Amino acid sequence: MDLTLNIWRQPDAVTHGALHTYQLAGISEDMSFLEMLDVLNEQLNAAGEDPVAFDSDCREGICGTCSLMINGQAHGPEVTTTCQLHMRSFKDGDTITVEPWRADAFPVLKDLVTDRSAFDRIIQSGGYISANTGSAPEANSVPAPRDKAMRAFNVATCIGCGACVAACPNGSASLFMGAKITHLGELPQGQPERYTRVVDMVAQHDAEGFGGCTNIGECTAACPKEIPLDVISQLNKDLRTAMKQGR
Amino acid sequence: MATPTLVKGARSTRSTIALKLAMAVSGLIFIGYVLAHMYGNLKAFSGEEAFNEYAHHIREIGEPILPHAGALWIFRVVLLLALVVHVASAVALWRRASKARTQKYAVKKNIRSSLSSRTMRWGGLTLLLFIVWHLLHFTIVKVDVSTGDTGSDNPYRLLVDSFDVWWMTVIYLVAMLALAMHLHHGMFSAIQTLGFTNTAKSRARAREAGWILAVVVAGGFSLVPIFTLFGVIS
Repeated sequence: MDLTLNIWRQPDAVTHGALHTYQLAGISEDMSFLEMLDVLNEQLNAAGEDPVAFDSDCREGICGTCSLMINGQAHGPEVTTTCQLHMRSFKDGDTITVEPWRADAFPVLKDLVTDRSAFDRIIQSGGYISANTGSAPEANSVPAPRDKAMRAFNVATCIGCGACVAACPNGSASLFMGAKITHLGELPQGQPERYTRVVDMVAQHDAEGFGGCTNIGECTAACPKEIPLDVISQLNKDLRTAMKQGR
Repeated sequence: MATPTLVKGARSTRSTIALKLAMAVSGLIFIGYVLAHMYGNLKAFSGEEAFNEYAHHIREIGEPILPHAGALWIFRVVLLLALVVHVASAVALWRRASKARTQKYAVKKNIRSSLSSRTMRWGGLTLLLFIVWHLLHFTIVKVDVSTGDTGSDNPYRLLVDSFDVWWMTVIYLVAMLALAMHLHHGMFSAIQTLGFTNTAKSRARAREAGWILAVVVAGGFSLVPIFTLFGVIS
């Protein structure tokens, strides 16, 4: 298939970027989206041009490194990560616009690569449990109710890719935070730090410059792991409880 | 605006979620008010005497413990405070959101969000303008558009003479459409912000509550102008 690509090119974090148009011919529909970009980069290398920088790592949809806003949708038109998106989701002759995640809390480093360390700092501020070192405790000594365990496991699938922020009109990371709050808050191990966690994570989120949530739901539509909107309700509820406790 | 440092001394009350909670609570006060206001308006179907008696009674609630119109002024002060909280929080969150993405997307699609959820801010401003207009019309100046008189002491006549004018009815119906949209997302959003939608089922219920409230309030309000324009209320 033949494609026209509009790709955001930006040489570094401080220089202003712009969309550049590239023509690509003979792309197989069995290629992944990133393999298609690899083909473009080989073409650019051969022509002596700077290849397009983009993030990727595992290329099997589990690490959360790849990103890309593809035709106005985070990770493109399918509910999956960009690395698991295949060219059969597009038609011959399509024009595809590729942009980096847009959020001031995720500054662009080069082309399509953004700095998502704001998420690391949100985790660092509260997304952990305290555990004694030494030999691992007996796994069944802390019983967890099945429904709570299932909910925790379901939302623990968040890979921290940032698609929720990219899709949110307010640039809010509430779905990401909600996933972490729910995942740790549903399990017995997460209880000791539960209400300091939510206050610290939300404060870090706000300080990073993410926007507030307006419950619009674009985040959950973009999430490759289908994290449901109810984690934001859980986040709000935990913060409200922390407020009641005077934290 | 990403910061390389961790926040020290975090407070729940200084967070964006605290602002959202302020919006939710003040919004619920408005919802209680519009429901009562809509019910009161339907008294127009009982005729001039019943409607005017109702309007008069509002000023006598709580007498003689409260002074004349005392309860009315308590309602007004509470509503004004709720309005200040609602608008101030909305402005703060709006400014935050516009700073959170200064470089816009060249192409951006909306996948799941409703039109009403995306128009909360401009729709809210529209409603604010409408409220100013509405208060000038019926409460402060009391303009009878068909005669040009002001300061009418007959609420029923003022209502009938106003909605007999087609463009007046149109203005109010458009405002009710804006109110319906604002309530449709606002009701759901308030329930979600207060943290009552922790399951898919409760989320679906909250969305239904938004639909029902929007239809009941905006529909109930619209009945009086429509039936006046068509001469049923005269």
